[in-house]
Amino acid sequence: MMVEATGVSGHETPVAALIKDTFLALADDVRIDVMGNVVAQKKGEGEDDISIMLAAHMDEIGLMVTKIDERGFLKFIAIGGIDQRTLVAQEVIVHGKRELIGIIGMKPPHLMSPEETQVAVKIQDMVIDLGLSHDEVRQLVSIGDVVTINRKFIPLAGDFVAAKAMDDRAAVAVLGECLQVLKMIRHQADVYAVATVQEEVGLGGALVSTYRLKPHIGIAIDVCHGEMPGVPEQDTAPMGKGPNIALGANIHPKLYERLVEVAKEHNIPYTLDPLPGASGTDAWAMQVTRAGVPTALVSLPLRYMHTSVETLSMSDIKSTARLLAYFIASVDKSFVEGLLCY
Amino acid sequence: MLLKKLSEAFGPSGCEGDVRNVLLEELTPYVQEWQRDALGNLIAVKPHPRGPRVMLAAHMDECGLMVSSIDRSGLLRFRKVGGIDDRVLVSKHVVIGPKKISGIIGAKAIHLQKPEERSQVIPLSGLYIDIGAKSKEDAEKLVKIGDYAVFATEYKALSDTVVVGKSFDNRAGCAILAEILKEDFALDLFGAFTVQEEVGLRGAGVAAYGISPDLAIVLEGTTCNDLPPSKEHGYCTTLGGGPALTAMDASVICDKAMIGELLRLAKENDIPIQFKRSITGGSDGGRINQTKDGIPVVVISVPCRYIHSPVSMLSLTDFNHTLQLVKLFLTSIAEGGFTR
Amino acid sequence: MKDLIKRVVETYGPAGNERRIRELLQSEIAPFVDEMRIDALGNLIALKRGGGKKLMLAAHMDEIGVMVTHIDKNGFLRFYPVGGLSPLTLLGNRVVFENGTVGVIGAEKLEAQKDLTLHKLFIDIGATSKEEAETKVGLGDVAAMMREFADLGKRLVAKAMDDRIACAILVEALKEVKHAAYDIYAVFTTQEEVGLRGARVAAYGITPDLGIAVDVTRTGDTPEAMVMDVSLGQGPTVKIRDSSLICTPSVRKFMEEVAVQNGIKYQLEVLEAGGTDAGAIQLTKGGIPAGVMSIPCRYIHTASEMVDYDDVLNGVKLLTHIMETEFKG
Repeated sequence: MMVEATGVSGHETPVAALIKDTFLALADDVRIDVMGNVVAQKKGEGEDDISIMLAAHMDEIGLMVTKIDERGFLKFIAIGGIDQRTLVAQEVIVHGKRELIGIIGMKPPHLMSPEETQVAVKIQDMVIDLGLSHDEVRQLVSIGDVVTINRKFIPLAGDFVAAKAMDDRAAVAVLGECLQVLKMIRHQADVYAVATVQEEVGLGGALVSTYRLKPHIGIAIDVCHGEMPGVPEQDTAPMGKGPNIALGANIHPKLYERLVEVAKEHNIPYTLDPLPGASGTDAWAMQVTRAGVPTALVSLPLRYMHTSVETLSMSDIKSTARLLAYFIASVDKSFVEGLLCY
Repeated sequence: MLLKKLSEAFGPSGCEGDVRNVLLEELTPYVQEWQRDALGNLIAVKPHPRGPRVMLAAHMDECGLMVSSIDRSGLLRFRKVGGIDDRVLVSKHVVIGPKKISGIIGAKAIHLQKPEERSQVIPLSGLYIDIGAKSKEDAEKLVKIGDYAVFATEYKALSDTVVVGKSFDNRAGCAILAEILKEDFALDLFGAFTVQEEVGLRGAGVAAYGISPDLAIVLEGTTCNDLPPSKEHGYCTTLGGGPALTAMDASVICDKAMIGELLRLAKENDIPIQFKRSITGGSDGGRINQTKDGIPVVVISVPCRYIHSPVSMLSLTDFNHTLQLVKLFLTSIAEGGFTR
Repeated sequence: MKDLIKRVVETYGPAGNERRIRELLQSEIAPFVDEMRIDALGNLIALKRGGGKKLMLAAHMDEIGVMVTHIDKNGFLRFYPVGGLSPLTLLGNRVVFENGTVGVIGAEKLEAQKDLTLHKLFIDIGATSKEEAETKVGLGDVAAMMREFADLGKRLVAKAMDDRIACAILVEALKEVKHAAYDIYAVFTTQEEVGLRGARVAAYGITPDLGIAVDVTRTGDTPEAMVMDVSLGQGPTVKIRDSSLICTPSVRKFMEEVAVQNGIKYQLEVLEAGGTDAGAIQLTKGGIPAGVMSIPCRYIHTASEMVDYDDVLNGVKLLTHIMETEFKG
């Protein structure tokens, strides 16, 4: 299962192999580029050579071992934006010479003063306990090894599901679903479905693959904050009510309009994300590649982002995939030319 | 008057159409060839067989607001477009959307506030735009989510030399570029009116990629803070001190040869000139400088007080001196009197 | 090699003002390379032909400094940092401008030591008036740290070991290499300290098949140090990750293999905060495999950066062998 596979930013090889296999049955050609992006190409019927790039990042946030202390405990740093509070009392997998289970533990409550319990534990004070001797650890673990949270995919009530790395593997699943739908509808444009690397540490994968592919349109599929208590309603999107479509500086206005038109035409529910500035997604990198690319951003509402229990509604994955497929089917050369008319 | 038209035009980052139209109307008699790109940059092309290829850049966008949701009561919640200090928002008049609907940013009356509240900044979550709608349905007839808003500021002359208006950052730069494009220089000249500078220096780099100039001059309206209680070294620039050169900002170290020539021309022609004395904040110069295999850049600015707020101020003397200096520089480059 | 290191570290060259150090490096490498050019950002790009793929090596020649932003009526100078500087490392130190003018960094009165910021500091060049100061310095002039190289035997101390020690290593490697397995582009980059700017445009111009930066990195071997598994004297490092890049795994593997094959002591490095030219090279055009060799260095961005001489010599060896070994990744 994609979310259970390992793929910390910069070390995406394991999950990339899995995704490549999945895409092989859905596309005409699948390659892995020099940076590790998985690029699946599905040709369109048109002779005009127009292409649409869809990007969903396959990397996840994680940890990296920085030191093995004299007793065999591991010190580590975060790769990507990790909330240190979500690390305590977790079971982790250290990807050393083999996969090792470890615990990021915490002092038991019996030994803590009331004041201590009010303060979050800092990542610099945490260690991973592998339950092995120093020598055993040295044989199996090296500094630079990556660490992920040990979490299986958890089905919840209705069609809600929780797992680690839903950000953004759920969007990679959308790419797969979209390619599936495209098998049954006609489209002029060539489609590049790209599972990008290193989004969480600076959008590097999207930057180089957009440069290489030179698409006429770029659409990033990412996640956005799903509604939950304690967060103002206007800063979140409702769960299970379809994809969240962004509008603002990072988005080409005509792409936004077309996506909304297509959603209405095909009765796909959707919500809007007014986004005046940086989107913090691959769309931000795609838009300013070479002499500029018209970009759009579509997101899956997700609760508890950047924890190991990211939660979303499966129906949102399906409706987002359909929206993208029908959008792709609606694109022809004159639409693409119109994108440069301001 | 061009600066007035540009200042009053509606053009927050991502929605620069109005400004593009003003410029096209003004410059059509003088520019035969225009280029546009995927982000909305508007590039005037004045080709010449002899190089070097020079890019002039001025960003068209301004800071503003975006409607993010509409309350049951008909009040609008909003997000900021670009770097606006939260404290300048309260008690202001704005215009929203393509129909330029009027709204006001109100706040709790002083009578209803506790004394402690008055020294605290009202957070963004405590501010609303009121367009006079009685309900959400009522409001939705006039505005929608994603509509942009700008301050409703009229341009005025306070004296022969001092004018006020919104968005002199960077309609002053655009006005200067427009005036330059009305003349001809013996150079391969590209005048780029760029987009989205205020939300991350977005348009200039892609414009430079398309143009591939040999060198670039960025025109800006920049911080002028020569006011009490600041100390002199915190002024950044002074009003009346002439065009301001950037030696270095957070995004670029400007080309020394270009700066040297500008200083020489200013001295020779009795044009007052100053250096920007603050280095925080980046500019389009940085993106252009880092495009492809590198482009030498200089940033020249008109000092403007109160930028990124509803009403800014500049001196027409500084404006005209800046225009004069840039023209002299272009002539010098064309004559080959300036080598790198 | 200590003589070369001394000359290279003591030369003036803050970011944006690299002319003098570039001229020194040009004269050092001229007999050992086939071509040299200077690009729009002042990078010194030297080509040593060997056939095969393009290998770009980057060592930044710029150092940190301070730029004059204001001259007050009494001749004191206000400044902004060029690159990452802490007020703690500047206070009481001496700086020197390109024309040789020397200044001392002083501070305004402070209520408490923790109130010390860069804005409370100024430079005193001994002038008694604005007019006098203006005869010696101008707005926009940049001063570098002023400190002599010190040879402690096994350990060497100087300002600008970051990254002049790498420049010295690259110079030596160009002298030592016998059978280059690439067309080698040895780039002495500019403006790394202000955002990897030289490397970014140099890499675009060259479009190499492989990029390796040589820089310095922190250590965890001083009293109550931050956690870091790198120590002086344990060899040059093969970097795994820093805040500007995650080194391409195949490049890291290649570098480790070259070290092992040639019996060169090395360490692995994970740097939590700090970036290098390789970060810019990796994201050039369609992406370039990139890695970093670092020299462990204590007290980075102070006037007394310390390296181990054996690490430096091993660094030269490793770099030379890399230049002679084909990367097949």
